[in-house]
Amino acid sequence: MALDKNDIAKRIAQEVKDKYFVNLGIGIPTLVANYVRTDISVEFQSENGVLGMGPFPFEGEEDADVINAGKQTITTLPGASFFDSAFSFGMIRSQKVDLTILGAMEVAENGDIANWKIPGKMVKGMGGAMDLVASAENIIVAMMHVNKAGESKILKRCTLPLTGVGCVKKVVTELAVMEITPKGFKLLERAPGVSVEHIIASTEAELIIEGDIPEMVI
Amino acid sequence: MINKKVNSVQEALQGIEDGMTIMLGGFGLCGIPENSIAELVQKGTTNLTCISNNAGVDDFGLGLLLQKRQIKKMISSYVGENAEFERQMLSGELEVELTPQGTLAEKCRAAQAGIPAFFTPAGYGTEVAEGKEVREFNGKMHIMELAYKADFSIVKAWKGDEAGNLIFKGTARNFNAPMAGAAKITIAEVEELVPVGTLDPNQIHIPGIMVQRIFKGEKFEKRIEQRTTRKRE
Repeated sequence: MALDKNDIAKRIAQEVKDKYFVNLGIGIPTLVANYVRTDISVEFQSENGVLGMGPFPFEGEEDADVINAGKQTITTLPGASFFDSAFSFGMIRSQKVDLTILGAMEVAENGDIANWKIPGKMVKGMGGAMDLVASAENIIVAMMHVNKAGESKILKRCTLPLTGVGCVKKVVTELAVMEITPKGFKLLERAPGVSVEHIIASTEAELIIEGDIPEMVI
Repeated sequence: MINKKVNSVQEALQGIEDGMTIMLGGFGLCGIPENSIAELVQKGTTNLTCISNNAGVDDFGLGLLLQKRQIKKMISSYVGENAEFERQMLSGELEVELTPQGTLAEKCRAAQAGIPAFFTPAGYGTEVAEGKEVREFNGKMHIMELAYKADFSIVKAWKGDEAGNLIFKGTARNFNAPMAGAAKITIAEVEELVPVGTLDPNQIHIPGIMVQRIFKGEKFEKRIEQRTTRKRE
């Protein structure tokens, strides 16, 4: 069975390791924070200027001056810090942030990602995504494998305007976990009950498949 | 002490004329100079080029200036959440320059720091890089970006003193800090304006030299864009 958004977040949470500083994008990536192991030390960074983000505030305790990059009200944990936007992207550019998790409309086998614009239709802007993907060493994309029309978003080449080139390392979708290698997408895991054939049929790009592909453990 | 205090938002915004380029602090609706924006609507200044990370929502923030067609060009990183903006952009009424957020912040900081240009990897290989100088440093491709040139910078701080020293609160520091001093004239609107000597010099985020005019905002609505909460267990 294909995963739902929370399951995708749960699987990605397994990639978050002890002592990581992590930047979470809007959408599925935001959910990852809910599933990170509690016995490890992780700090969440939000590019609008906070490190050490905590959960949403209790009702009545929202502070208009304390939000995340999704403009949601948040809290901070002990040890948190605030800083300005230039400083925030400074720590991103200088690779102090260990892991970036973001959404995408398309990912290609060369590691290109497109997630900010559909010409003539949707122009919301790139926000911090271009800065993040250009500088982060470790980028995991959380996305749907196919669009609503059933077309693959895992491609040989992106068709939409790019956000970054050759930067994505790993992709987790409702069907599969894939690593991007110099030779293209390598299938690592499949969603429980989803066959390798189904994943191949849902993927426009070539998939490197070596041996038995294990099911994800969610 | 050089006193920067002005007594009203009207006095603070003197000299802002049609066709000027203005930086406005804030991220989403967090930390926006809302009193100054309301006064710009009142003043009816038009043909403005606004450098601001976002464009407000339909009925608040820069959305108010967009509604009255006072903005000719927006320079932003993210402009979702604003239907009127999208309409004006797609119809060609509004010129839009979308800029990666870190680049936008650094173009402000560069102006504040007297640096004319810098190289960043953000946007390399994308349409953002079109027409820009590309150089390789340490095996990685970068594009050259220029510091902004603006007539006025309008920032919002939590506390300020009459010398123009500023302290921000929470994530409202965002673009307000790098925009302070990044234009010919910087105007600061603050929630609390205190006499000099009240603020601890160790706690100042922006020194008063960056600010030419400071005033206490009459009213801060501080609207929340996405009110997210959790239930008490």
